[in-house]
Amino acid sequence: MPALLEVKGLKAGYGPTHVLHGLDFRVNEGGVTALLGANGAGKTTTLRAICGMVRTEGAIDFLGQTLQGRATEDIVRRGIAHVPDGRGTFMELTVEENFRLGAYTRRDREIQADFDRLCGWFPRLKQRWRQQAGTLSGGEQQMLAIARALLLRPKLLLLDEPSFGLAPLIVQEIFGIMRRIRAESGVGILLVEQNANLALELADLAYLLETGSIVMSGIAAEIREDEAIRRSYLGY
Amino acid sequence: MDGLAHQIVAGIATGGIYASVALAIVMIYQATHHVNFAQGEMATLSTFIAWSMIQAGMPYWVAFFGTIVVSFAIGVVVERILIRPVANAPVLTMVGVFIGLLLIIGNATGWIFGYTTKVFPSPFASDKPLFGGLVSAHELGSTLVTLTVLVLVWAFFRFTRLGLAMRAAAYNPRSARLVGIRVGWMLALGWGLAAAIGAVAGMMVAPVVFLDPTMMLGILLYAFAGALMGGIDNPAGAVLGGFSVGVLENLAGAYVVGTELKLTVALAIIIGVLVVRPSGLFGRVVLSRV
Repeated sequence: MPALLEVKGLKAGYGPTHVLHGLDFRVNEGGVTALLGANGAGKTTTLRAICGMVRTEGAIDFLGQTLQGRATEDIVRRGIAHVPDGRGTFMELTVEENFRLGAYTRRDREIQADFDRLCGWFPRLKQRWRQQAGTLSGGEQQMLAIARALLLRPKLLLLDEPSFGLAPLIVQEIFGIMRRIRAESGVGILLVEQNANLALELADLAYLLETGSIVMSGIAAEIREDEAIRRSYLGY
Repeated sequence: MDGLAHQIVAGIATGGIYASVALAIVMIYQATHHVNFAQGEMATLSTFIAWSMIQAGMPYWVAFFGTIVVSFAIGVVVERILIRPVANAPVLTMVGVFIGLLLIIGNATGWIFGYTTKVFPSPFASDKPLFGGLVSAHELGSTLVTLTVLVLVWAFFRFTRLGLAMRAAAYNPRSARLVGIRVGWMLALGWGLAAAIGAVAGMMVAPVVFLDPTMMLGILLYAFAGALMGGIDNPAGAVLGGFSVGVLENLAGAYVVGTELKLTVALAIIIGVLVVRPSGLFGRVVLSRV
């Protein structure tokens, strides 16, 4: 399968502190790659590095072109949507306005059709259409963040712990939506998750991060079946 | 009784000026969390530009709209050249930059145009009082102009794609970048818009207070009082605050402290608001659930 995103020797950090020490990984076109690891392993920093939000070294190639040294807004305009930790929702604005901002870079005529489609996927957002996003529940905010990201019509979706802080039922619902995204839209997904079981179920490739280095990688299904790996690294 | 009514109407007219300048301050405050102390001097410079255009023989309204365009450009340039490089500097650096900007623009204006007080024309025939002396033509006209500007600005932010993007960039720059908004340009546009609004305020107030390089000093103080009163992070509140300060100042000047001590009213309001209700009357309450 051709690579949508190919990362080689990625180093990144904040000021003098290095967080990532040379990562190699890829996301296939239409595929789902899971980045697993404990708190502080560097998962969030990896996503930030791809979006140009931290200083990086190494090669980040998206559809054969480098993203290295580009501004966040230019990277986004190339088709990478990022749902960051903290979700990146505009709390002061309404659900509708968040939707409109999601489609900010688009000029085509299908924006309204996409609004309707996503409201079909997330009926609860339709109910809260004119409400301030800050008043939504955590699950609704996560749905809004994903909807906002999809409205960009991205080729690659970066998701930072979509299950974080949510009730199990809501998590199920959100992963259901992600399965739908994978099946219906052909968008590649780079998924950062603490819930390894759910992530491995969705992903085709998986990488395990430990203090800024990849300690293991492979086909998600194989890792999931591997008793020893599960016990020693994933803890379930 | 007629006297009181007239004082209130005149207060609304000057209040429109304060409201405009207050709005300009709040717009920049929302985006950067800094108060542009030079907002008044920038407006004075704009008014002088309008004055020279009129001196050069341009019709009033051509000079009026020409000045708005030029002021917008000046605002954008100031942000790009002076503010951008210190965008992430500590607060005190920013305060220093803004005070420097105030001194530079204020003195440059004096240097270029001179310190003698000049008469600035009003586009509204000002000799005949209207409605039996209740309101002068200029008061009525300038109120209509400032109200038009305020409504246009509100509609721009509420209904246009660019206005929404500017609000998004002000509220949450990081998330704004993640939807592809060029945040740096939104800030520059905000400065341009604030400068343009200030220019209108300057041109509307100049026929009343006469034009000299320190013309906006007192007005900035009233505007600041208005912005604080309404809530420095709430544009609608700042506008309402501006109008209220205009009326309060006029009434206090006429019936309480006299014209000489009018400026004290602004300071009293500022201190009063900071002591009693620091977030202002309509300070924004952000609802959020975690």
